[in-house]
Amino acid sequence: MRQLRAWLLRFRGLFRKHDDFADELESHLQLHIDDNIRAGMSPQEAKRVAVMKLGGVDQTKEAYRDRATIPLVESLVQDLRFTLRQLRKNPAFTFTATAMVALGIGASVAIFAFVDAALIKPLPYQNPARLLFVTETTPDIPRAAISYPDYLDWKKLNRVFDSLDIYNQRGYVLDTATGTEMIDGARVSAGFFHTLGVAPMLGRDFNEGEDVANAPRMLMLSYASWQKRFGGKPEIVGQPITLDETPYVIIGVLPQSFHFAPVENAEFWATINPTGGCFTRRSCHSLQGVARLKDGISPDAALADMKRIAKDLEIQYPESNRNQGAFVAPLSEVIVGDVKPILLLLLGGVALLLLIACINVASLLLVRSETRRRELSVRRALGATRMRLIRQFVVEGLVIVAAGTVAGLLSSHWTMRILRGLIPKDMMAGMPYLNDLGLNPRVLVFALAIAGFAAALFALSPAFRLSTLDVREGMAEGSRGSAGKVWTRIGSKLVILELTTAMVLLVGAGLLGKSFYRLLQVGANFETKNLITMRVRAPISSYGEDPQAVTLQRKVVEEVKRLPGVTAVALTDTLPLTFNGNTDWIRFVGRDFNGEHNEVNQRGVSSDYFTTLQANLLRGRMFADAEDLGKPQVVVINQTLANKYFPGENPIGQRFGDLKLEPNSIKEIIGIVDDIREGTLESEIWPAYYYAINQQPSIGYSIVVRTATAEQSLIPVVADAIRGIDSRITISSQTTMAARVNEASGVYLRRSSTWLVGGFAAVALLLGVVGLYGVIAYSVNQRTREIGVRIALGAQRGMVYRLILKEAGVLALAGIVIGTGCAILVASLMRKMLFGTPPWDITTLVCVAAVLGASALLASFLPARRAASVDPISALRAE
Amino acid sequence: MSTKTEIWQGTLALMILKTLDSLGALHGYGIARRIEQISGDKLSLNYGTLYPSLLKLEQEGWIASEWGVSDNNRKAKYYKLTRSGRKQLEREAKEWNQTTAIVARFFAPVEDQS
Repeated sequence: MRQLRAWLLRFRGLFRKHDDFADELESHLQLHIDDNIRAGMSPQEAKRVAVMKLGGVDQTKEAYRDRATIPLVESLVQDLRFTLRQLRKNPAFTFTATAMVALGIGASVAIFAFVDAALIKPLPYQNPARLLFVTETTPDIPRAAISYPDYLDWKKLNRVFDSLDIYNQRGYVLDTATGTEMIDGARVSAGFFHTLGVAPMLGRDFNEGEDVANAPRMLMLSYASWQKRFGGKPEIVGQPITLDETPYVIIGVLPQSFHFAPVENAEFWATINPTGGCFTRRSCHSLQGVARLKDGISPDAALADMKRIAKDLEIQYPESNRNQGAFVAPLSEVIVGDVKPILLLLLGGVALLLLIACINVASLLLVRSETRRRELSVRRALGATRMRLIRQFVVEGLVIVAAGTVAGLLSSHWTMRILRGLIPKDMMAGMPYLNDLGLNPRVLVFALAIAGFAAALFALSPAFRLSTLDVREGMAEGSRGSAGKVWTRIGSKLVILELTTAMVLLVGAGLLGKSFYRLLQVGANFETKNLITMRVRAPISSYGEDPQAVTLQRKVVEEVKRLPGVTAVALTDTLPLTFNGNTDWIRFVGRDFNGEHNEVNQRGVSSDYFTTLQANLLRGRMFADAEDLGKPQVVVINQTLANKYFPGENPIGQRFGDLKLEPNSIKEIIGIVDDIREGTLESEIWPAYYYAINQQPSIGYSIVVRTATAEQSLIPVVADAIRGIDSRITISSQTTMAARVNEASGVYLRRSSTWLVGGFAAVALLLGVVGLYGVIAYSVNQRTREIGVRIALGAQRGMVYRLILKEAGVLALAGIVIGTGCAILVASLMRKMLFGTPPWDITTLVCVAAVLGASALLASFLPARRAASVDPISALRAE
Repeated sequence: MSTKTEIWQGTLALMILKTLDSLGALHGYGIARRIEQISGDKLSLNYGTLYPSLLKLEQEGWIASEWGVSDNNRKAKYYKLTRSGRKQLEREAKEWNQTTAIVARFFAPVEDQS
């Protein structure tokens, strides 16, 4: 306590400019002198003895001061004041250094925050590391879905899971004040939240047995939905609600922190009530599984066990379960797997940028320490210890880093907001973990760590130089001597490192850019411009019967077609560029069959579908609108199906059906269409067939509308026209095909990473070139006298140019050569991000080397010109 | 060397406290002279070393200071013991007595312990 009080007083002493000790000492001496005179000394003698007895006035003052303040802190404060004065005197240096640190730290912190949110922060479930994603797998689809009967067997037969639950995504139609609305939701088995370890914040969880066919329908609300739709009222629990014309009861509200990326922004979480055809068929795969591992069981052991069960089921149910394997992976991998490589790539890029920024600042500090050699030598000669001088540099480094870190953190805060704002809404929905993005303690610790690294680098580099400082040499007027050469040597190594880094980043950006370009070159095989798409869903009570549904389908197409600006309209159950899946197993009439699963995409489309998409019909004909219920079933196949199953044959007129060739499943091929890309741009083209939606009508489908011009403004008009037919029709996902292409995750991830890495690379190039300029300019400065002598002895200007450019050229060449090697190495690490571009893509490498070489030439040309224009007389006289 | 200084500073503080206890408020010079006198001029001390000790005691709250006027009309800073300083003195005096008593036993004539 007493100690603390003393320390506080001493701390306060740091800030007190004046104390009365001088007066006290004065009075002490006076009293002593008085006594001495009284004892008979002369005034001079009296004073001398008093001072001697005191032990020296200054010594006493110093000892007193040491006790009055905290000496270490006090000299640090002095260093700090001195540093601030120095920095203020050199605003250009201060600004440049701080800005570079801020840039490096700001960019790295922003990117790290994304990495933290997506990869480091565990999912908001209990012990998420023990959660697995469990589904079936087929030779074509690595992560297929599970069928309900298979799920029941897996749940019963496995020996590795504490629990295994299922979910799937679905939309619910909710009646609202303004009409009907399609709302994202999910269906889960009763133990789903228990498996995740998530408890509702209000109400209760589903109980076992509430997910059977005849159980009353019930649901839980997401927190966001509870706030948005029900005003956050707790009384909502226990209330009835009507979805899809079916009564449900709200039994609980999920916590705010809960999210589950695989079903994006589901608002309603209902139980699965397995009624209807799909739940009874082993061949109908519509569910995904989540499991919690038993203690002591590894994911590999779980996979082995699931494979065993899948194998048994395959033997037991050969028709439906042939080649249906099991897929097991950590849940986190499934959720963040897609963004992991791009985030790690960006983190790597930003780390290189930080490195280059730090190196640049370190070289600036080194140059400065060179110009301050005289000052340092003088201080050293006056008795400053080496430690004290080194501390001066440490303080300087710390001040720059501190300022840069503060600026960097502020800018990273904005950068994060901007970057997150740039993510399309649909993609953001799939990455709910990014909602927690921000400067949390982990990110701050990271910022501090890199700030510490930068501070150490800045403090150590001049300090290291200082240890070689020779006092006499430093003080000698105009001396440049060996120290300048030492710096040029260190400096040029740093520049090579910078240029190498810039090269790596440039090549990375180039390869990503080329991949992005290649991806966009991939043809969708239909015209994506001027195409509106939206989802339509009709109420089952009015359109549940097939004839009613067909009538509505026709009416929807007719009404929209009538709108001005619309040139063609069609319906499809699944939009192109969505996914490969929604498949059928087909068996050809009149061919040998061994139970194999010929898995092909199936799409129900209306008669104008290919015309609307402007896809090429290669052979045969498209079905007519009149080919509807009761007429012979007809299909158009894509070219891949034709090539795969009818090589060298004419498929037109051939027939296929389901695995048993049931009479009502037999379809006749009437045409071949060009391969419309059903899956994403990166994925392969699968065999596909298109059947007449009028022959298997539906109450939910997508409409595609071709417009003459600017499609955006027609979106609400189209939606209104459809609602005009029946106000209970629900419209959702209103967008354009162009936007779907742009916001497709593969395209988006590549575009954004190209821009970001490109940005890093541009800054790195700038910094690297500035660094090169610095070294060459410094070297020219050092060699002014030598150049003067050369010119005086008759050297031509051209020779001087050659001299300087050669010096720069060697550095640039070294950077480019080492950089090329490193770039190829780094590029092969990011192969996953590349598309149609090899890591050693020659064009990219050559272009980047040319850009870097040209920039380096430009940067060294300026000092070279100055060197060539050296006036020999003044150069020699200046010494 | 450092341990020596510490011991010296500790004892110096004790001497200062005791001096102020016996003589009441006193200025630095007076304290220094008094210590020299009491020690029978056996302690030769630089008066200057007194002041950091005084400052330390003041920071710790054992003593308080105030400007005043000396007998021969000189302005001087007077130190006096605070209430907690007096208690501290008692504590330290007791400790000192114990310590010296213990040390003294070691130097006392050896008694037969068998």
